[in-house]
Amino acid sequence: MDIHEYQAKKILSDFGVKIPTGGIVYSPENAENKAREIGGSKWVVKAQVHSGARGKAGGIIVCNSPLEVADATDKLLGKKLVTNQTGPEGKIINRIYIEEATDIKHELYLGLVFDRSSESIMVVASTEGGMSVEEISKEKPETIIRSKIEVAVGIQQFQAREIAFGLGIEPKLISRAANTIIGCYKAFSELDATMVEVNPLVVSQQDEIFALDCKMSFDNNAMFRRDEISELRDKTQENSNEVYASDRGMNYVSLDGNIGNIINGAGLAMASMDMIKLAGGEPANFLDVGGGATPEKIVKAFKLISMDKKVKVILINIFAGINRCDWVAEGIVQALDKIEISLPLVIRLAGTNVEKGNEILKKSKINYIEASTLEDAANKAVEALGN
Amino acid sequence: MSIIIHKNTKILVQGFTGKIGTFHAEEMIKYGSNIVGGVTPGKGGMTHLNLPVFNTVKEAVDQTGASTSILFVPPAFAADSAMEAADAGIKTCVAITDGIPSHDMVKIKRYMRRYSKDKKMGLVGPNCAGIISPGKSMLGIMPGHIYKEGKIGIVSRSGTLGYEAAQQLKDLDIGVSTSVGIGGDPINGSSFRDIIEKFESDDETIAVLMIGEIGGPQEVAAGQFAKENMNKPVIAYIAGLTAPKGRVMGHAGAIVSAYGESAVEKVELLKECGVTISKNPSVMGETVKQVLIDKNLN
Repeated sequence: MDIHEYQAKKILSDFGVKIPTGGIVYSPENAENKAREIGGSKWVVKAQVHSGARGKAGGIIVCNSPLEVADATDKLLGKKLVTNQTGPEGKIINRIYIEEATDIKHELYLGLVFDRSSESIMVVASTEGGMSVEEISKEKPETIIRSKIEVAVGIQQFQAREIAFGLGIEPKLISRAANTIIGCYKAFSELDATMVEVNPLVVSQQDEIFALDCKMSFDNNAMFRRDEISELRDKTQENSNEVYASDRGMNYVSLDGNIGNIINGAGLAMASMDMIKLAGGEPANFLDVGGGATPEKIVKAFKLISMDKKVKVILINIFAGINRCDWVAEGIVQALDKIEISLPLVIRLAGTNVEKGNEILKKSKINYIEASTLEDAANKAVEALGN
Repeated sequence: MSIIIHKNTKILVQGFTGKIGTFHAEEMIKYGSNIVGGVTPGKGGMTHLNLPVFNTVKEAVDQTGASTSILFVPPAFAADSAMEAADAGIKTCVAITDGIPSHDMVKIKRYMRRYSKDKKMGLVGPNCAGIISPGKSMLGIMPGHIYKEGKIGIVSRSGTLGYEAAQQLKDLDIGVSTSVGIGGDPINGSSFRDIIEKFESDDETIAVLMIGEIGGPQEVAAGQFAKENMNKPVIAYIAGLTAPKGRVMGHAGAIVSAYGESAVEKVELLKECGVTISKNPSVMGETVKQVLIDKNLN
């Protein structure tokens, strides 16, 4: 789960990381007042969307008066921001963050992630702040500092100091920088985060160390014990079909193609998408209805797929194990009794009692195309597009 | 021999009396697995499915001599149960539970390091289908009848894709020595490498089918291990050719975040290691068959 910049900053500041003074606003009037309240002579108006690269996309505007702040807010609110990470449809700007401008001396990069090889928490830092970590590793890999943290004891002062010295921080600011790094680590480890990225982390002309921009992601599997974090979810930043699916316990990812998929198991779902691609088609979605494909789940899946107007053919691929094919077939028949699907339907059943399952489908009044293997199913789905 | 579980392996069910634990325990017993009892804290002394229930894993191990456990405990309590198994001297624990937080997995793995190599528990999963040694024992939630007894080792992150492979092999009259589901989570108990190493030293296994997917370094690490240390052929299929970067594809671990983690890159890196690639998921069985013919392993 992702959260907004302002939410992430609030969390970091609770863990002792310094952030510039700022506040969230929902209207131009609000924004003007907030700018006066913050004071100073320069402000930054920042569109709050779940995406990086907002600056290049026009989502971050530097202003020299409260009136300019109001104008910038007016310009951004309600618009969709299209960045190189949002896809062409962009993301809606519903909240604006107003912040005092910072006089920057150095821009640094600081990130924390799980390292899947060492199964520990890894701190990644670089002197090249402001660039994405992908760009840094491509263009300035020599500037990257990595520090593995032993999770049983957590980050140690010396580790944070080493990173700070590695970033070329002046000696008098070392302990401040180390505390910033430690604060980020604590936020990561205490709140079930999967990613904390401060980019840039800046040293100001006044020798303050600020988290100027911040992204945080959290482990969906840990939300049962993180009420305070799950409350920060902003569904307006997610694809509406994906929200519908996740609210109903389905794993769904919207894609660009036109062959809709209903599949049990994540691996089999990815494999079926691959087969569609190899057969010359494009999948419209990834959808895993879970290991046990119950009739209720199939009904929900049909509803979800029919919400996607791009879909021209539906492919069902179920490998029935303990939940036998005959039972899955009955579920499909029941589901199609409840909702009307006018699109061509390709069904491939495999596993336990596959003959019985196919017989049930044949005897029903469902209009469908039967497929035997994964490959056969994909080929028939692509063929059905042409009809 | 098969790997990890054999005919007489004594198995405990953790989360025995719950609905899911009960259902799958019955299936395993029907298959012929040697289930010797279960653990549900607070229900010790009861009898469930004609088997004893214990309050703690230690007690269960003491009284039954169990060496192995399967875990159906809900996510919030699963880490605790896995550590309890490790501490009680369980040798292999299969965690079926889906949805264990990554921070908990890191904690379990760190906890297990306190035991010396010969006393350390092997954790398989979580979020996996479990292990089956066809005709001998089933320690999982798979449909046992799709696995024919034989000589191919299967190791897969995905459950259903592992089933698909077993069925394809069976249709070609090829059997399986042991099939291991290592699960779809980003941090898991046993890696591909851990399992293929066991297959290499198993007399019965003649070739290994590895079914991977996007995300993480484990497939490539296994490929490198195979190149340097294995005599048996490894065949692989990697799912997720069409998966967009940066999106989680169902399995929490199925996300491309670095070089070498996409399906295309993994396939290239595995080929360099001498692994035979199944070009699509429909021909995993045929690819294995062809390798057996080419290497005269029939």
